[in-house]
Amino acid sequence: MIDFLNSVIVLLNFIIIPGITYGSQLAIGALGVTFVYAILRFANFAHGEIMSFGAMITILFTWFFQSQNIGLGILPTALIALPIGIVATIILCIISDKFVFQYYRYQKSVPVVLAMVSIGLMFVINAIIRIIIGTETIKFSDGQKFIIKAKQFKVITGLNEGLALKSSQVITILITIALLTFTFWFLQKTKTGKSMRAFSDNEDLALLSGINPDRVVFITWVIVGVLACVAGTLYGLDKSYKPIIYLNLVLPIFASAIVGGIGSPFGAVVGGYVIAFSEIMVTYAYKKFFVYILPSSLEPSGLVQLLSTDYKFAVSFSILVIVLLIRPSGIFKGRVL
Amino acid sequence: MKFEKYEWVAIAIMVSLFIFVGFIQGWSVSLVILNMCIISAIMTMGVNISWGYAGVINFGVMGFLAMGGLAAVIVSYPPITESWKAGGTGIGVSFVLLVILVTAVMYINKTVKDKRNRYIFNTIFIIFGILVIRHFYLDATESIEDVNPAIAGFLGGLGLPIIFSWIVGGFFAAGVAFIIGKVALGLRSDYLAIVTLGISEIVVSVLKHEEWLSRGVKNVIGLKRPVPYEINLQNTDWFINLITYLNSSKLNNIVDVSDRQQVLNNLIIDGSGIFVKLSYAVLFLIVMFIIFYFANKAQLSPWGRMMRAIRDNETAANAMGKDVVKQHLIIFVIGAAIVGVAGAMLVTLDGLFTPSGYRPLRFTFIIWIMVIVGGSGNNLGAIFGGFVIWFSWIEAAPLTTFIINQLTAGLEPTNALKLHLLDSVPYFRYLFMGLILLLILRYRPKGIIPEKVRHS
Repeated sequence: MIDFLNSVIVLLNFIIIPGITYGSQLAIGALGVTFVYAILRFANFAHGEIMSFGAMITILFTWFFQSQNIGLGILPTALIALPIGIVATIILCIISDKFVFQYYRYQKSVPVVLAMVSIGLMFVINAIIRIIIGTETIKFSDGQKFIIKAKQFKVITGLNEGLALKSSQVITILITIALLTFTFWFLQKTKTGKSMRAFSDNEDLALLSGINPDRVVFITWVIVGVLACVAGTLYGLDKSYKPIIYLNLVLPIFASAIVGGIGSPFGAVVGGYVIAFSEIMVTYAYKKFFVYILPSSLEPSGLVQLLSTDYKFAVSFSILVIVLLIRPSGIFKGRVL
Repeated sequence: MKFEKYEWVAIAIMVSLFIFVGFIQGWSVSLVILNMCIISAIMTMGVNISWGYAGVINFGVMGFLAMGGLAAVIVSYPPITESWKAGGTGIGVSFVLLVILVTAVMYINKTVKDKRNRYIFNTIFIIFGILVIRHFYLDATESIEDVNPAIAGFLGGLGLPIIFSWIVGGFFAAGVAFIIGKVALGLRSDYLAIVTLGISEIVVSVLKHEEWLSRGVKNVIGLKRPVPYEINLQNTDWFINLITYLNSSKLNNIVDVSDRQQVLNNLIIDGSGIFVKLSYAVLFLIVMFIIFYFANKAQLSPWGRMMRAIRDNETAANAMGKDVVKQHLIIFVIGAAIVGVAGAMLVTLDGLFTPSGYRPLRFTFIIWIMVIVGGSGNNLGAIFGGFVIWFSWIEAAPLTTFIINQLTAGLEPTNALKLHLLDSVPYFRYLFMGLILLLILRYRPKGIIPEKVRHS
């Protein structure tokens, strides 16, 4: 029985909690990509940089608050700076729409052209971020780091394995739940949300029913700004902020959005968790787990690892390719909000 | 083929840029930029063939370049016999098993008609097969990587002249492109972009971590050059005579013998560097012109016309009896092969293979900016884009430093803002690239040298 509990703790500690955290970050990111895809109908390569921009503004204001000795005690100061970051990200989104995307929308350009435009925007935002904050790795989480420490946990429960729970993980999960609840409530219950769904489903019909396209697009960018900034900040809070990372993060985010069924918000969230868990589960060495759960005669000799951790990144794409081959429309049939 | 007037202007601009840099920053710098420009132009032509001719998007440039680089290593690095002894059989056996597995899966796909049974059989075969292969493979790779890890630790290559790798690199990239194309080409364009981008990441991460094959993050250094080494040139009689002859008027003015020798030595050292770069440039130019010639020929041929038809209206082309899927695959593979050639040339020029250096920003997106800026569907445009964008990528830093110094001239040299801006000079090139792309897409969406409309 003790062995069983130990093995459960091992799984919780190394797979489930990191998986949920990383999955939440991916899910919020993928939700942003999905919104752009469903309403504006293009793949936004700049999304990673928008996330990074939001995180950067949050960091700058976190530093400001820290220098003014304003803090939240055990919670990270970044939480007070987050709303400012969100506002800045929304402004960035709306400015980039006004000066960049709007023209092509009115021209009714094909999606590929808009994707190219978003690459141009990606370069510009990337440069702005690097010019403002440099390329160094920045740790900006303060306050209490752990909610449960591995050592404490061992002492309290008397188990061999410790469970560590970082406060950034709990914050990520709580904020994700709140944000997702709000987004889905907004889409399902409010009039604006319904008009957005109609617009995504059939643009011409929506226009005929008197839905103002500019308003829908505006609201979309507001939502995308909120989601991007929160996702970027949470990722930075959890792992540490590095401007270059976000470009690499775009790819798993796209993978999540497509795996879930691009254009379907619920699919994007599920896709985020699918990608996160598969990345972690395929590259985790299960030796410790099997040592507890199997009788000692069957103990594995190797690490029982399917792929080395070097391939973490490749896993999400392999899944993307497999899903596209077997079920091209994603887990949940996409294309409608 | 005949060039239009504005095309001559474009060519003149390209040439004068290098002459300008040659006079301002020195001929050595100018030639370094020129060599990279030529390689970029070849990459751009590769992407342009699939995107400009047939509208097939290829965001896997980075992966194909890396495959070309791998070819350079495999062709030119001397074979390491101990590694082959240690793990050669194991690798061979796992390769044969892999081939058997793939054939088995293909056989199942062909014979088993029921969809569910097919998935079940495939899954069982693949899992079982991978387990068996892993058994041989892991032992073999481990023993190979243990052979002298500080300088070897991989299989080495064939020890042939590196210039052959340019062709082999093309074939390597074409092989990978064939697999990618089979898997992904049915997708819509923006999905295809993301999938090719992702698969190129997989290719690079395989090269990064399979140390037995490519030495991974430990890098392969000291690849043999196709051109002479500076140090050998400096001791060759004909080269010394050549330099003396070229600078005879200058040397004759110096009366003192030891002074004269000193000046001559400096000239020889400078000259050898330039000579090496110049010979690279000549080799690269030959490749570029060959590819340019055939790309143009292909574009004007009935095949090229069919490609344009497929690009402009897939359904109509299909209705006319053209096999769209097959043609897409063909052009994707050809484009990738040209990018692979450029990848091998890139490694040849550097003389080293660093898998961790392949990043999408630098090796996929910049190449795409070159294609868009130059003008998709026009080979001269592709070359022009490659030259102009690489040139501005390199020259952005000095230009930015100049501009910042001008703008902040009124501030004190210790001003925090000025120092910060001068520190971030290298990042301004991203800003330039983004702005160039956005401006071109907005005001000249067909590129600087657009595709010619042909009515034949």
